[in-house]
Amino acid sequence: MIEVENLTKKYGDARGINDVTFTVEKGEVLGFLGPNGAGKTTTMRILTCFMPATSGKAKIAGFDVFEDSLEVRKRIGYLPESVPLYTDMQVPVYLEFVAGLKGVDRRDVKRRVSHVMDDCALNAVSKKYIGELSKGYRQRVGLAQALINDPEVLILDEPTIGLDPRQIIEIRSLIKSLGGRRTVILSTHILPEVSMICQRVVIINEGRLVAVDTPQNLTAQLQRSQQILIRVGGPEKEVLSEVGKINGVSRVSVKENGADNINAYLIELKKDMVDAGKDIPPVIVRKNWSLHEMRPVGMSLEDIFIKLVTEEKIN
Amino acid sequence: MRNFYLIFLKELRSYFNSPIAFVVITIFLVLSGYFFYNLFATFSTVSFQVMTQPMLARQYNQLNITEMVVRPLFSNLSLFMLIMLPMLTMRMFSEEKKSGTIELLLTYPVKDSEVILGKFAGCMGIFTIMILLTVPCFILIGIFGEPEMGVIVSGYVGLFLMGAAFISLGIFASSITENQIVAAVLSFGSLLIFFMMGYSAGFAGESVGSILKYLSFMPHLYNFAKGVLDTEDIMYYFLFILFCIFLNMRTLESKRWRG
Repeated sequence: MIEVENLTKKYGDARGINDVTFTVEKGEVLGFLGPNGAGKTTTMRILTCFMPATSGKAKIAGFDVFEDSLEVRKRIGYLPESVPLYTDMQVPVYLEFVAGLKGVDRRDVKRRVSHVMDDCALNAVSKKYIGELSKGYRQRVGLAQALINDPEVLILDEPTIGLDPRQIIEIRSLIKSLGGRRTVILSTHILPEVSMICQRVVIINEGRLVAVDTPQNLTAQLQRSQQILIRVGGPEKEVLSEVGKINGVSRVSVKENGADNINAYLIELKKDMVDAGKDIPPVIVRKNWSLHEMRPVGMSLEDIFIKLVTEEKIN
Repeated sequence: MRNFYLIFLKELRSYFNSPIAFVVITIFLVLSGYFFYNLFATFSTVSFQVMTQPMLARQYNQLNITEMVVRPLFSNLSLFMLIMLPMLTMRMFSEEKKSGTIELLLTYPVKDSEVILGKFAGCMGIFTIMILLTVPCFILIGIFGEPEMGVIVSGYVGLFLMGAAFISLGIFASSITENQIVAAVLSFGSLLIFFMMGYSAGFAGESVGSILKYLSFMPHLYNFAKGVLDTEDIMYYFLFILFCIFLNMRTLESKRWRG
């Protein structure tokens, strides 16, 4: 649905984005992850035909964003980060205006407007001017204008920023419900959001693509050594040496000292022997120690993100 | 066509949703009413004096209502337009740029030309209301005197074309900055230069002088106010408007290129 190839944008000497390539399948929700100024907004602006790239190609639904800009723009819904709306218009009047510009059939305008107002829970503010609305409602009006022509592709720049927790949950579930029928690209720097609603993640830093994968794969891939945490009651030195002897364990360390000689240990497994964990309990049982806890230590998306971004800097 | 109409309606509506239209139209009408009263009162005083002392008539070469009220009123109106229209046009693009709404507008399936012409037409709508509201002045002149109707009609055609030229330049000025004050000053300044350009024609030499005179607004309006509908003047305004709209389209396009 969306194909981006070697996309580069330079602002004078300043970097924008550099050689970005990725594709998005139909019906997929793609998360765009990166620190501030990484190039998320730049990429989105190129995809929405707001500005052209310096080099490279981008296609949406088979249309080039530069050559067939009007065809592309007919098929997208865009919500910019700052949610720019005409403050001097009433909500339904504004939505009718946008519906017209986006080429919604004249007879369908009213129906579409009431439909998206239901979807985005805007009926409570149907008499108000946009300038009077709170940030949360403005965000919803922004989303409503993006959805008004039932677009194939939705491009949302930080759609949950500045909302209260309840609104964030509502907007997330709304976006999630949009996937499947529509292709969605959304940018954010809230990481749990990505693992919650996106099927795939693009991590971008300083204008370069750092990783493209599913949140689960990214997590799995980046765990160089699988870690297991155990809490065992037994003499510390003996536990360290016995567990360290197990085939496949690369390192054991005390993570936390507890009462009654019950300590927490962090076990790092060798990369190609991640199932060595099954040999740990028999050793403990044989030694007649008590096993209080045993769990894998997963890496959160935050850890991966920071790891990727810092690795990028070192390289 | 539908996009053009939607943008036209939206612009027209937003003038009336804010106090801009009401304030600008009111002040314009107060100014034109006041100057109309002065011209009319002066004319009746002078006529009365001349009636009692016919010798005085020599001082006034053309003592009739068209020459002393209608034509000066048209040049006064053009001056008020010069002050007021930049206030109407200054927000057209700069406000959209400042608030970021231009980002959404330009990512809708709308052509640049539809945006510009829609905004131009919206502003023309307000301006048309504004000058139509000055018609009562001329009705009063018609009731109390016998002006030449042809002069009034051609004067209005001239004002209308001149206003369109002012607006096209003002919208262009607004498209090159995101600051409304800068847009207003730019359009007011350049309009004033175009307005006054003809004055330097007297000492600029023959060839340069004639060019300056042709480029200036004043001589063209003067013909209209005399009741002369010359295609040369009409073409002048059309070319002026087309040129400004052309520049405007280029600035929108170049904004995209520069990002």
